[in-house]
Amino acid sequence: MPTKPAGTLYRGKVGMWSWVLHRITGVAIFFFLLVHVLDTSLVRLSPEAYNAVVSTYKTPVVGLGELGLVAAILYHALNGVRVILIDFWRKGVKYQNVMFWVVVAIAFIAFAGFAPRHLIHVFHLG
Amino acid sequence: MSVVIEQPRSPRSRKAANWEKYGWMYMRASGALLVILIFGHLFVNLWVGEGIKAIDFAFVGGKWSNPFWQVWDGLMLWLALIHGTNGMRTIVNDYTSKEGIRKALNIALWGICAVLVVLGTLVILTFDPCPANGIAANLPSFCPAR
Ligand code: HEM
Repeated sequence: MPTKPAGTLYRGKVGMWSWVLHRITGVAIFFFLLVHVLDTSLVRLSPEAYNAVVSTYKTPVVGLGELGLVAAILYHALNGVRVILIDFWRKGVKYQNVMFWVVVAIAFIAFAGFAPRHLIHVFHLG
Repeated sequence: MSVVIEQPRSPRSRKAANWEKYGWMYMRASGALLVILIFGHLFVNLWVGEGIKAIDFAFVGGKWSNPFWQVWDGLMLWLALIHGTNGMRTIVNDYTSKEGIRKALNIALWGICAVLVVLGTLVILTFDPCPANGIAANLPSFCPAR
């Protein structure tokens, strides 16, 4: 038995935790999508039904939830690209660790750009 | 009955189609397309203009009067629901140990997926941006009732 799991990608450290986060964000987005298809389908019922339900999306509590959703999507999408590169790019495995931090950096920058703008809309500060 | 795990390194049977491999490839192909579809969706709906504040029936009516957005949202609906459902199937297979529970959860997942794909597709295709039952003020500006 080797004491260190040398040369593994999915056991321990960035390789494992990036996957744990990918899984959690995937499940969260999935459940949101179920609700989102249903709420959008209300446009077929009447304009008033749809407007009544989307107005809840503009409340502070749900507005903050949307920030979490956008963060989850940013991470899942960008890390998904990292997974695809690990699988198909010759140097993917070699750079998986660097790519994880690139994913985190891009997600962070995009989130930092989005969050203030969204909060201005939700809290009517504009 | 618990799940039977194959002997490691045993050659895979070539008789049946390798669905697990097609699923694996689908996750990657759909994921790549969804990056564009979902980031485009978030940009137009949550970033441009007033963002979440501007979303109402008239906003959706304006978008779905354009075949471009009908195709965009239809593709996103199909790709994301099947991607998410297949991902959930992987997770169910990982964490369930009783065969009956595993089967039941997977049937429920694909049932929900089918219902929502059909519902969403019908909504996009049969949508009327100027319905007669709407209060005129809630309709898009191009509707005759306004
Ligand atoms: C935005 C673009 C997206 C990309 C690039 C992407 C990429 C991926 C990839 C490559 C996998 C496979 C991971 C693996 O085999 O280890 C995956 C898994 C998964 N995705 Fe996505 N995805 C995206 C959007 C979504 C959406 C919208 C949902 C929800 C509806 C979702 C839910 C899931 C779930 C539940 C899994 C399974 C996670 C697991 O097995 O641990 N993804 N994604």
